[in-house]
Amino acid sequence: MLVLWQTVIWTTGVARFILPPPALVAQTIWESRALLAEHAVITMAEVLIGLVLGAALGFVSAIGMVASPTARALVRPILVFSQSVPVFALAPILTLWLGFGLWSKITMALIIIYFPVTSSFFDALMRTNRDWIGLAKVMGASPARIMWHIRVPAALPGFASGLRLAAVYAPIGAIIGEWVGASKGLGYLMLLANGRAKTDLMFAALIVLAILTILLHATVNKLCEKTLDRPE
Amino acid sequence: MNQPLRISGSAAIDGVPIFSDLDLTLKPQSWTCLLGASGVGKSTVLRLFAGLAEGVRFDGDLSDPGRVAMMAQQDLLMPWLSVLDNVLLGARLRGARPDHDFARDRLAQVGLADHADKQPSALSGGQRQRVALARTLMEDCAVVLLDEPFSALDALTRAQMQELTAELLHLRTVLLVTHDHNEAARLGETILIMTPTGLVEIAAPTSPIPRDIHAADVLRAQANLFDRLRRPT
Repeated sequence: MLVLWQTVIWTTGVARFILPPPALVAQTIWESRALLAEHAVITMAEVLIGLVLGAALGFVSAIGMVASPTARALVRPILVFSQSVPVFALAPILTLWLGFGLWSKITMALIIIYFPVTSSFFDALMRTNRDWIGLAKVMGASPARIMWHIRVPAALPGFASGLRLAAVYAPIGAIIGEWVGASKGLGYLMLLANGRAKTDLMFAALIVLAILTILLHATVNKLCEKTLDRPE
Repeated sequence: MNQPLRISGSAAIDGVPIFSDLDLTLKPQSWTCLLGASGVGKSTVLRLFAGLAEGVRFDGDLSDPGRVAMMAQQDLLMPWLSVLDNVLLGARLRGARPDHDFARDRLAQVGLADHADKQPSALSGGQRQRVALARTLMEDCAVVLLDEPFSALDALTRAQMQELTAELLHLRTVLLVTHDHNEAARLGETILIMTPTGLVEIAAPTSPIPRDIHAADVLRAQANLFDRLRRPT
């Protein structure tokens, strides 16, 4: 990546305010570390809170959808809607309703991850080994206990794959929210830097965001491996 | 349960008859082996007793066996639970207080006392099936339904499991569905072949179960069964 980046600059002689060289961006990251950290903390807070809330909401929704056909009929359109309406279109409305603070971004992140989490957990819950359920019935289990002791633990690896997707998608929601209206966050910083032709700072913010997203995904992945995945 | 369990009637799935005019009685505190060609409805009979016959239309009389214990070809161990927790699964599913000491005793009975805290994935196929047996014993039901529980095991392990199961389920009302005529000759106190036209009873050896694999009466019954199973009906 870095080599390609530098090669493009050398071969095309593109101006540094269009495409700053990697060394300059690295220098900017170092020099503006306090500024970047301040905004990164905000973005990551939005992402993490969105992730936790989205995961919790997805967890509950999927169980509800499996347990009750009525809930399935009610939730499914919401689920599809949350995925089919571009979040870009919702961002201004959410900012209008929830203000310029954290909550409009958290909600954006939540909307974006709700579908992958709910959908993959729901599918996993529906795939429970029928013989396990049969055994539980013979043992005299109620549907609620079958859900809690058999279906949910059996489906946790599916929930984990939803969470892994969510860890990648959640920052998108937060950044879009920040673009539409914010006074803090990496997305806000990018727009600000762009507006002032500080392309190096914009790239710096972008790279910090990329690194944080990779770290977030790696952490979620590790946590999932430790707690939710299992050897078959 | 000291009442005989009886099923009499016909069953169909989606309008396709599975069996008709069946009349099967399980003698209390005794092992009944049910053999027959694939698709003749052996497993459906077992599932009807277990209350698991979803989608099966049954017309007839079926005695209520109360709560039963079931063991199948797959061990059905939950991979996320330890061996001990798998044995305690029934109590958890009924919201009862899990009796750890009783469960450890059951594991000791099947020779797995030292494996209680392992995950099922760390066990061999034979060991896993022994955990399933311990779980079945833990249920402590008068009626036990066995659906080809040993058919996935190698010959040696199978023979050991047959002996262990027969000893530990002594004096329970057991229905064993099997494809294995040797198994039926070793374990059946009543041996029945299910055919599309009804049940055929084969004289079972009179010696107590589990019978020696090479005993003359076992070999005779086995040969007899084999001939009957091969004969076109």
